[in-house]
Amino acid sequence: MKKRQLLALGLAASMVVGMVAGCGSSTDTAADDTASTEAADAGDAADTSSGASGTGKVYYLNFKPEQAEDWQELAAAYTAETGVEVTVETAASGTYESTLKSEMAKSDAPTLFQVNGPVGLANWKDYCLDLADTDVYGYLSSDDFALKEGDTVYGIAYVIETYGIIYNKALLADYCALDNAVIASADEIKSFDTLKAVADDIQARKDELGVEGAFTSAGMDSSSDWRFKTHLANMPIYYEYKEDGISSTDAIKGTYLDNYKQIWDLYLTDSTCDPAMISAKTGTDASTEFAMGEAVFYQNGTWAYSDITGYEVADEDLGMLPIYIGVDGEENQGLCTGSENYWCVNSKASEENIQATLDFLAWVVSSETGIEGLSTNMGFVTPFTTFDSVETTNPLLAAANEYLTNGTTSVTWNFTTMPSEEWKNGVGSALLEYAQGTGEWDGVVTAFVDGWATEYQAANQ
Amino acid sequence: MEKAIKRYFPIFALPTMAAFLIGFILPFALGIYLSFCEFTTVTDAKFVGMKNYARILGDDTFLHSLWFTALFTVVTVVVINLLAFTIAMLLTKGIRGTNVFRTVFFMPNLIGGIVLGYIWQLILNGILAYFGRTLTYSGTYGFWGLVILLSWQQVGYMMIIYIAGIQNVPGDLIEAAKIDGATPAQILKKVTIPMVMPSITICTFLTLTNSFKLFDQNLALTAGEPSNSSEMLALNIYNTFYGRVGWEGVGQAKAVIFFILVAAIALGQNWLTRRKEVQQ
Repeated sequence: MKKRQLLALGLAASMVVGMVAGCGSSTDTAADDTASTEAADAGDAADTSSGASGTGKVYYLNFKPEQAEDWQELAAAYTAETGVEVTVETAASGTYESTLKSEMAKSDAPTLFQVNGPVGLANWKDYCLDLADTDVYGYLSSDDFALKEGDTVYGIAYVIETYGIIYNKALLADYCALDNAVIASADEIKSFDTLKAVADDIQARKDELGVEGAFTSAGMDSSSDWRFKTHLANMPIYYEYKEDGISSTDAIKGTYLDNYKQIWDLYLTDSTCDPAMISAKTGTDASTEFAMGEAVFYQNGTWAYSDITGYEVADEDLGMLPIYIGVDGEENQGLCTGSENYWCVNSKASEENIQATLDFLAWVVSSETGIEGLSTNMGFVTPFTTFDSVETTNPLLAAANEYLTNGTTSVTWNFTTMPSEEWKNGVGSALLEYAQGTGEWDGVVTAFVDGWATEYQAANQ
Repeated sequence: MEKAIKRYFPIFALPTMAAFLIGFILPFALGIYLSFCEFTTVTDAKFVGMKNYARILGDDTFLHSLWFTALFTVVTVVVINLLAFTIAMLLTKGIRGTNVFRTVFFMPNLIGGIVLGYIWQLILNGILAYFGRTLTYSGTYGFWGLVILLSWQQVGYMMIIYIAGIQNVPGDLIEAAKIDGATPAQILKKVTIPMVMPSITICTFLTLTNSFKLFDQNLALTAGEPSNSSEMLALNIYNTFYGRVGWEGVGQAKAVIFFILVAAIALGQNWLTRRKEVQQ
């Protein structure tokens, strides 16, 4: 009897120990992920030398998985230099909002996070510190890159990106050399009509050129559909805002939707694949087609460089064209340049942590290590005055910079004012149904115009 | 002994109770509370009463996905259980290679939902490409795609349960029925099925709740395209939660309704099939 009791006690005890140990070890590993051990070592040194940074900690929830490791390195470098603990966590692709929501609910919430523009800000405004008096705001080259309401600065863009139609210079030159080519050089493409004429002709003579189609597949898989439901949809929104002299609206009129249809039709007909098949095409499909020289045009942005370099297309053959949609005066239209990555500092963090975060940000955009990390390692173009002397190796960025100085007007990123994800999904679905023949263009118009009004209502009631 | 168990009851039960409380009861209570709130993070919620539930009424995608899910559940419960039972019958006849077949049929169950979704998306799109279509051509394509996928995944698992049930049917009962001149169909109907009723209860319960709660496969196979027409309830809740600014509470309210539905259906089914079980 005694033995059995002992045995039972032992079993129960081992269970409890197992549980406690289980919990304990998980916190241990969490701490290992951070640079905390290094911080502890370096901490003593820093305290004696400067002591200015106090006891604050920085926790950055990073949006871009591509740069996750570079951020870790930068954080470690900062810790080594100042002794301040910097944790960088990266949300998996497409899960930033959900990760942020759960992280913000924790007691050790991120002190530094990101929003994607005015609509994203609406959700997080209560958590955003006014950055107007901070060093990092002082380094910003223009207020265009700050997320402002009145005099309050809620967010600061840290990377500027550009998109347009990436094209293969070598293939286009081959085309120009053909008999009866519509154009003699790529410079002649200055309007939608020329672009369409060229694309149609390339499509008709694709065997002669050895390509599969003029444009890469317009994939509507979730890895690619944002190129059309968000980025391409920016074009009609941009021109409407411009005409009406506004920067956001609660009800879009859809003045330029016929132009949207034109360019979408062009993407569908002059393509490497049958329009009915696009829902199965992924982002990788499109980038591969372009990288292997199977298509001449590819709508995407400067960030796509790493996906298309190193295959058939040489770096010097990468060029960019504006997305012409057939609007008057579009020969002066440039590429689409803007940002959807804004740094925000958590106003609900403790004072020391806020100060530590602001110090970290100032260091990132002004110190040599920080500038090198952001520009060389991560490949960002930033809107800070401290980056003026930085040269780029990305030919797409070089092409983008050329457009900034050749007298054309950049198209701003107005898709950050789209009322909700649901709106984008609605437009995306309608585009897909139109493409595969199960829906009419009216469906896209409804999703675009009526959907905007209802989604705006839904999100702002 | 009795006394000892009583005395040490807390030691045995407390760890589990604590885990149950932390892992289930508390989040569940918080979840119900949050369905009456507007919130961005769960620790920072503002009480708004029935507003979230009222908003569901104006959302017709919810009703559509509810019907879609209900229909899907009916179809998959029938298809999966019929197939699983048939295969189980075949694999208890003592044919050669039974174990190999059992393993093969069971294997799909070991693959995770998202992976399965993408694999089947490739396969089905590859086949449909011959007809110039894809899975997102219409909601019907997505529906049957999901039925095929889920059947493929779950038949093996249910088969194992049925095999165990069938092997437990006493041989003398069947022998007695044979001697009395019962045909194979009569044996199946009057002896085998009543005897494996407990397995049927479990299998229908599992397929019913699995089909109703299906999420990963739905997300990976069609993601609700085109225009939410192949969107099931769980995916609809997810999209509501993350699709619009300020709609987290509505997603939460939908989740509460979803819970009530699943619980009611599962309990009802359990009660129905339990009544048919016989004692050996």
